[in-house]
Amino acid sequence: MSMQAGAAVAETAKAVPPKPARRPFRLGVGKWGLGVYAILAFVFLLIPIVYTIVFSFNDVRRSNIVWRGFTLDNWINICQQPEVCEAFGNSILVAVVATLLATALGTAMAIALVRYRFRFRTATTLLLFLPMATPEVVLGAGLAAQFLTAGVSKGIVTIILAHTMFCISFVVVTVRARVASLDPALEEAGRDLYASPAQVFWRITFPLLLPGIIAAALLSFALSFDDFIITNFNSGAAVTFPKYVYTAATRGIPAQANVIASAVFLVAIIGVVIAQVSAGIRRKRLAKAG
Amino acid sequence: MAFGAFSSATPVAAEPAVRRRSPIALFLLLPGALYLSLFFLVPFVSLVLTSFKAPGEFGDIGEYDYAFKWENYVAVVQTYWPHIARSFGYAAVATVLALLFSYPLAYFIGVKLRRFPLWQALALTLVIAPFFISFLLRTLAWKQILSDEGPVVTVLQALTVLPEGAHITQTPAAVIFGLTYNFIPFMCLPIYTSLERLDLRYVEAGGDLYASPATTFMRVTLPLSMPGVISGTLLTFIPASGDYINASSAFLGAPDTAMIGNVIEANFLQLQNYPVAASLSIILMAVILIFVSAYIKRSGTEDLL
Repeated sequence: MSMQAGAAVAETAKAVPPKPARRPFRLGVGKWGLGVYAILAFVFLLIPIVYTIVFSFNDVRRSNIVWRGFTLDNWINICQQPEVCEAFGNSILVAVVATLLATALGTAMAIALVRYRFRFRTATTLLLFLPMATPEVVLGAGLAAQFLTAGVSKGIVTIILAHTMFCISFVVVTVRARVASLDPALEEAGRDLYASPAQVFWRITFPLLLPGIIAAALLSFALSFDDFIITNFNSGAAVTFPKYVYTAATRGIPAQANVIASAVFLVAIIGVVIAQVSAGIRRKRLAKAG
Repeated sequence: MAFGAFSSATPVAAEPAVRRRSPIALFLLLPGALYLSLFFLVPFVSLVLTSFKAPGEFGDIGEYDYAFKWENYVAVVQTYWPHIARSFGYAAVATVLALLFSYPLAYFIGVKLRRFPLWQALALTLVIAPFFISFLLRTLAWKQILSDEGPVVTVLQALTVLPEGAHITQTPAAVIFGLTYNFIPFMCLPIYTSLERLDLRYVEAGGDLYASPATTFMRVTLPLSMPGVISGTLLTFIPASGDYINASSAFLGAPDTAMIGNVIEANFLQLQNYPVAASLSIILMAVILIFVSAYIKRSGTEDLL
């Protein structure tokens, strides 16, 4: 990665046309300082990630702290520690259901916020903003206090209810931007051609909003999958992947946990990079065509 | 734009469509609004009520009755003021460090890489890469890298920068370091969004008017990127002040680095002392709301999302 950034710096330097020196004083760092800093910063950001991935190949039985040699066993026998796999399965289940619920509820709210006038607009905005501005401990403790008062026993269902709650606001924020950039003339054209409101929505509005909705769903999934604090307050005996890591932290974490985290990381990062490269190719083609 | 800056890179259309009144709006809004009322507002009220509760008649553990025992707050502040001070102190230092780390990086990505959209996108991916790996595992990774047998301590002791027998983990410095690392992407992305939209002609104009680069930065670039700096500060400070992973003894901290979050967790989940946990939560929330309302006063509610 530092090579990519390095190449980018080199390109930047090449592309700048030679300028007549205006005055001798420069801000100290010079032309290369910022690029070098960025490379070091990227390396720093990646250190614990590389560490986690490397230690997923560590040849250990129980506590994965000291390097004891390279092995693929942990990747082949992921479910050798059944608790790790079970926790991972729970996390996936929670994230999928919470994402579906939050994306549906949030997308509807985003459309209403951009497209319609209604009373209590400020109240609605605050209702959406406050969960994002509230620390997770407070969200978690509040819900747990509520479940306690209502006599609800905690488990997978309460985790899903909690995750849906904090994901909605992020869905609204993400989809809202997409709705706002949507050209209303496209929908008008549909209406002019005698499409029913349902047809206009499903054939025009929804496909145009889809990239925003997908982005929102991915964000929700990521937030839910990695959430620990709110889960810890509302999970009871149910164990998600982060909760498993937390409880195992004191007695040593099996390398299989690193395997799962590394696999999730690699899938996510490869997906993002493919999306960006293909968007880049499309941009270039559009620029050529234009 | 406070939190919007975080996730929406696409600029909102300049002229929004005319907003209509329609019963459809209610149909679209009601499910989500009801959900948030039920699982955010009601629990919050419940937390406030819990914070005033008094021990039950029979004094059983975890049994409390509704009351208006405002003395709970006095007791909590008297007992836990070091934790409260630590939380906001650590969070403030971590926020400043994250800002100092992120601003040059965001400037490089948003301004220097602007002509290379693909490199810019890949650089942004590197900034958010830590999000894709488990928060707890990357904190544990730092714990092991910074541990007494780890490479950092070994090297620093060989260079005699660190005295023999000194630790890095289990110190306030390690907790602040962990908070800084974990929330850097929250700081970097909003600043990037602001700088990415910065019109470079203003910067050129500064140079043309014989301002030094430092003056141009202080008078042009920095003020124009303030919205991003403010969003990033909120997005870092809020979760950092409530965090209890980094400060936990099993991760980078020790009992004497415990923050509000650790006390809330222990009182709620282990000691079942719900009023203490609830009143500490309300205190944490109150302090944060002061910050947030100062922000709202500055930029209005329409820009919140």
